[in-house]
Amino acid sequence: MLKRRKRELKFVEGRPQESEWKRFIRVFFGRRIVLFGLIVVALYIIVAIFAPWIAPYDYKTISSTILSQPSAEHWLGTDTVGRDVLSRLIFGVRPTLIVGSVTILIAAVAGTILGLLAGYFGGWIQTIIMRFIDALMGFPMILLALLIASLLGGGLKNIVIALGIALIAGFARVMCAQTLTIKENDYIIAGRSLGLTNFRLMWKHIIPNAFPPMIILATMNIGMVILMEAGLSFLGVGIQQPDAAWGSMVSAGYNRLTSNPALSVAPGIAIMLIVFSLNMVGDGLRDALDPRLRGTL
Amino acid sequence: MVTYIIRRLIQAVFILLILTFIVFGAVRLLPGDPLLMFLNATDIEALSPEALDQARHELGLDRNLVVQYGIWLGDILQGDWGKSLHFKNANVLQMIGQRMPVTIHLGVLAFFFSSVIGITLGVIAAVRRGRWADTVATLLANTAITIPIFWLGIIMMLVFSVELEWLPVAGYTPINEDFWLSTRKLIMPVICLMIGSLGAVARLTRTSMLEVIRQDYIRTAWSKGLRERAIVIKHALKNSLIPVITVMGLQVRFIFGGAVLVEKVFAIPGMGRLMVEAVDGSDYPVIQGAVLVIGIIVVLTNLIVDISYGWFDPRVRYE
Amino acid sequence: MTLLTVENLKTYFHTDFGLVKAVDGVSYEINEGEIVGIVGESGCGKSVTQLSTLQLITSPPGMIEDGKVIFDGRNLLDYPANGPEMRSIRGGKIAMIFQEPMTSLNPTLSVFQQISEMLSLHLQMDKETQRKRAIELLTQVGIPDAKRRIDDYPHQFSGGMRQRVMIAMALSCNPKLLIADEPTTAVDVTTQAQLLLLMQNLVRQYHTSLIIVTHNLGVVARYAQRIYVMYAGRIVESGSCDDIFNQPKHPYTIGLLKCVPRLDEEEDRRLVPIEGLPPNLINMPPTCAFLPRCPYKIDRCREEPWPALKPVGNQQVACYVDTKLTVQ
Repeated sequence: MLKRRKRELKFVEGRPQESEWKRFIRVFFGRRIVLFGLIVVALYIIVAIFAPWIAPYDYKTISSTILSQPSAEHWLGTDTVGRDVLSRLIFGVRPTLIVGSVTILIAAVAGTILGLLAGYFGGWIQTIIMRFIDALMGFPMILLALLIASLLGGGLKNIVIALGIALIAGFARVMCAQTLTIKENDYIIAGRSLGLTNFRLMWKHIIPNAFPPMIILATMNIGMVILMEAGLSFLGVGIQQPDAAWGSMVSAGYNRLTSNPALSVAPGIAIMLIVFSLNMVGDGLRDALDPRLRGTL
Repeated sequence: MVTYIIRRLIQAVFILLILTFIVFGAVRLLPGDPLLMFLNATDIEALSPEALDQARHELGLDRNLVVQYGIWLGDILQGDWGKSLHFKNANVLQMIGQRMPVTIHLGVLAFFFSSVIGITLGVIAAVRRGRWADTVATLLANTAITIPIFWLGIIMMLVFSVELEWLPVAGYTPINEDFWLSTRKLIMPVICLMIGSLGAVARLTRTSMLEVIRQDYIRTAWSKGLRERAIVIKHALKNSLIPVITVMGLQVRFIFGGAVLVEKVFAIPGMGRLMVEAVDGSDYPVIQGAVLVIGIIVVLTNLIVDISYGWFDPRVRYE
Repeated sequence: MTLLTVENLKTYFHTDFGLVKAVDGVSYEINEGEIVGIVGESGCGKSVTQLSTLQLITSPPGMIEDGKVIFDGRNLLDYPANGPEMRSIRGGKIAMIFQEPMTSLNPTLSVFQQISEMLSLHLQMDKETQRKRAIELLTQVGIPDAKRRIDDYPHQFSGGMRQRVMIAMALSCNPKLLIADEPTTAVDVTTQAQLLLLMQNLVRQYHTSLIIVTHNLGVVARYAQRIYVMYAGRIVESGSCDDIFNQPKHPYTIGLLKCVPRLDEEEDRRLVPIEGLPPNLINMPPTCAFLPRCPYKIDRCREEPWPALKPVGNQQVACYVDTKLTVQ
C-alpha cells in the first residue's frame, strides 16, 4: 500500500524523483561561484596545515634587510623589521582559520543552548533569555569584543572568547525561532504525550531538525568573524607580535604605503579572498539545504 | 497601533535595564580589581593595602553587588557618569558629548547612503534577474560585505589622497565651519563605513524583492495594465522592504562598530577614536560610558524601526 | 458578434525537468455578452490559457510558442508583452479575477488605492470622482458600509468579501471581457453561490462577456451558455451547456459528470470518481493523454496520435470512440 502511494506521488509531482542528497549535490555544486569558494577554502586549509613547508622563510626571523622591495628571493618583499612578508602571510592563515572556526563553534554551541531553552520552555525563561540577547544585540560586536579584550588582555585565546560572546546573540535568535516552529509539530506533541523527557525531545528531535539553518548561519558568520578579528588585530588588541595576523600586518604597513604598498595590500587581499569564498559557500549551502531561508539568514 | 507602540516601549525599557546591567557587570564580574574603575593601575600599586581598603569602603565596593548596581544606575540616571582616569578628572559624559556629534555626522551619512544605494542595487538586481545588471549588482554586493573597511580606507587614501591628490588625507572639520572642506574630508570615511551595510542591504533587498515579485498580488497588478515601474515601486517595493527594515536597524550597530576602525584610519575625533584611546589607556570609566551610550542609541533606533513597521505593514498596525 | 477568438494557442514551460506543454493547441471563442465555462482538473492548463491571452505568463520559464488571440479584430500576441497596447487592454478591456482572494490583493495598499489606480490609469478620473466611483462599485458588489470600509486593508475583510473587492476592481473600468479564474474555489459553498449570482447579474447589467474557469462542473452548469472541457493542455470537448450535461461524448466529460451530484436524477445514483490521476505533463507520449484512465479505450487509441476535435452531433469532441455505443 505504501509502495503504491509513493509511485502515485511521483506521478503527480511531475518531475523525476530526486533524493535529498542528489538535490543537495546538484544545487550545491551547480553554481560556479560556490565551487570557486569551495576550492579557495580548501586551498587555505591546505596552506594552513602545510605552512612550514610552503613558506620560503620562517615568519618570525629576520631574513633580509628591512623593507626590501618584492624580488625573486622575497616575492612580496620584507617588512619593517626585515621578515619575509609572503611567509608571514602564509603563516597568518593559521590564526585566521582558528579564530574563525573556534569562535563560531563556541558561539553556535552557546547560542543553540540558549535559544533552545528559550524556545522550548517559553514563558518567563524565554522572556529573560531573549531580552538578554536583545540587550547583547545593542552593542556593536566589535565594541563588545574590544571591551572584553581590554579587560582580559589581547592574544588569540581572549580574541576567541570575546568574539564568541559577541556572536552568541545571532545564533540564539535563530535557534529560538526554529525551536518555536518545530515544537508545534505533531511528532513533538505525540512524543510529549508518550512521556518522553524534555531532554530527549530536545536532543533527539529539535536539535536535528534545527541543524540545517544553524549550519548555514555558522558558515555565513565565519567570514564576519575573520573580518572582526582582522579589525581587532588592526587596532592592536588582537593577536600580538611576533605572531603573524593579517590585520596587524595591514596596520604595520600603514605608514609605508607609498614606498612598500605590498605590506598592506597583500594581507587585505588575503582577507577578502577567504571571506568572499566563505560567504559564497554559505550562500550555496543555504540554497542547497533550505532555499526558504533566503532573506532570513 | 497604540498598544503595539506601548508594548514595544515597555520592551525597550526592559532591554535597556538589562543592557545597563551587562555594562555594569562586565567590569565587576570579569577578572580585575573593580577599583580600576576609579583609580589608575599605577595609583593602585602606590597605595598601601589599608589605604586601598579605605578607598574600597568609601566607594562602596565592599557592599552587595545589587546595591552597588542600584547606586551606580542612580548615578547614571542623574548624569554622573564618572571621571576619566586618563585625562585627569575629565567628566565622562562631557567627553562623550564632545565626540558623539562627530560620529553621528559620519554615521547618519553612512546610514543614509548605504540604505539608498543598497536598496536601489537590490531592486535593480531583482527586476533584471539573471541579466548583466543583476550579475554586476550581485557581485558588487557580495564584494562589499567582504572588504575589511580599515584596509579599504588605507587603499583609498593611497589612491585618492596620496597619488591623485583629489581628497584631503584625513581629519575632520565640523560642517558649520566649512561645509565644502567638511564634506570632502568625509567622502572616504563615509564610503568605508557604509560599504558593508550597503552590501548587506542590497543582498537582502534582492532576495526579498524576488520573493515578492512572484506573489499573486503582483500578477494582479500586471493584469490591471500597470507599467513595470509602477508595479515595482507601488506594489513590490513596500512589501519587500519589510524584512529590509529590520536589517537596516541592525546596521546602526555595525556603523558604530565600523566607526571604531574608520575613525582610527582617518584620524577623526569621534566616539570610535575615544574608545580606542580609552582601551589603550585602560580608561574604564570612559569605555563603560561609551559602550552604554552606544547601546542606548542602538536600542532606541531599533525601537523606531519596530514602530516604523506599522507604516510599512498595515497588518502590524491593526494587530 | 464574436468578442474574442483564440486560435491554436500553445504555451510551453521550459523547466529543469523538461518541456511542459501546458497549453498545446487550444482554440475557443466567446461572443459579446456570453458566459462561457472552461472546465478541467487542476493542472490541465486552463489557467495558463487565460494568462496567455493577456500575456501574463512569467517568462522564463513560460513561452507562448504559437497561436493567435484575436480581440476587437487585433491579434494581441502581435504586441510586446508589457507594451502600451497590451497594458491598455489589461484591466481596461479585459479584466481578470484570480483564485486566491487572500493573496491576490496587495496587503500593504488599501482597497481604495487598489481600485483607484485602475480608474486613473484607464479612465483618467480625478481623485474625487475615483472615490465616488469606488464607493459605488463596492456598494454594487455588496460590501456593506462601503463608504467607511473603502480605506480598509485587505486583511480586514473576510475571504468572500475580498473576492467581492476583486470583482469590483475587475469591473471598475467597464471591461468588455471578464475572466474569472477559479473565482469561488477558495470560499465556502454559500458564498460561492452568492458570488456567482453577483457576477452573473453584473455582467448582464454591463453587457460584459464572462469566462469562468473552474474544475467544478457544478459551478458552470447554471450560469454558462457554452462549455469547453480541457484535459492535459487541450480541449477535448465543447458544446452548449445543455448538450454537454445531457449527452456528454468524451470519456473524460462523462467521467467528470459522474462525480457531480445532480438534483434532477434518481436519488440513489452513485458518484463515481475518475480512476487514476491527471498525467505528468513532462515528456508526454503522442497518444491521447486520457488513455491510461479511459474506460472506453480501443486499440486505435494506442496506435494513433491524439485525435483532433471533430463535430459529433452538436458538439466538438476529440475522441476515436463513439462513446454512445459503448455506454451501457
